[in-house]
Amino acid sequence: MTEHDPDCEKCEELLQGYLDRDLTLEEVVIAEGHLDGCDYCRRRYRFEERLRRYIRVSASERMPAGLLAKLTELRGPTADKF
Amino acid sequence: MSESGAAEPEAEAGRRIASEARERVHFEEEALELADQVYRVARRMVGTREEAEELVQDTYARAFRSWRSFTPGTNMRAWLLRILTNLNTDRGRKVQRTPDLQPLEESDYYLANKVAAAEGEQALDQERVVERLSQGGVVDALAALPHDFRDVVVLVDLGEFSYAEAAQILDVPIGTVMSRLHRGRRILKQTLAEESLT
Repeated sequence: MTEHDPDCEKCEELLQGYLDRDLTLEEVVIAEGHLDGCDYCRRRYRFEERLRRYIRVSASERMPAGLLAKLTELRGPTADKF
Repeated sequence: MSESGAAEPEAEAGRRIASEARERVHFEEEALELADQVYRVARRMVGTREEAEELVQDTYARAFRSWRSFTPGTNMRAWLLRILTNLNTDRGRKVQRTPDLQPLEESDYYLANKVAAAEGEQALDQERVVERLSQGGVVDALAALPHDFRDVVVLVDLGEFSYAEAAQILDVPIGTVMSRLHRGRRILKQTLAEESLT
């Protein structure tokens, strides 16, 4: 259960796809089977999962105040009739 | 129906116009509800807030003009992002090659391994370990990605689009999305490791 273990290498190869929910059922079984028994890979899995969430949250910036009003002005001329 | 249509052509035409206007209003409202989500993706695809605002405005101007080409019931957020990425390319964004000297294929675990080496293997289990990477570090690291990679990473990791949707938005094969995503994330981790752990 080190980074040189071929099972861990296989798990690393599958992990991003696993997090993206883009594996075949067969691959999911392999990944989960390995993660269940391997501390090394499970730590890395948790880290990767948190990292993704952190990237999403910290790089996400709300629409500035006023932009929605500007976009609303771009609507067609019939907008206020209905 | 045909009788009244023949008897009242004007009324028929009036109804058609009214129904089209309703569809259009419905389209516009649905599009405006997505504005914040569209902006969040746009913001990370360009350098400044002003550019992002302008790009989103141009996107909505075009979307409102060509609303008829949207197929109701399909993914409007992806449709808007498709317009946005096309406009962004039209703005004269230069074709950019990945710098030759950049060492690319670091492992997926590059950052995790660096953290483990710096703080111990157990640190990876701590809930707050990633928060030591500064927030500005993430934004800068994304901005530093070659834009072909950045667009894919932003669409999938921030916009939460599927590989297939990202492929459609960028008009590239799904395999290209996957390889850019893969490399983009690795470069991102490498940059974060260099910025935050040295």
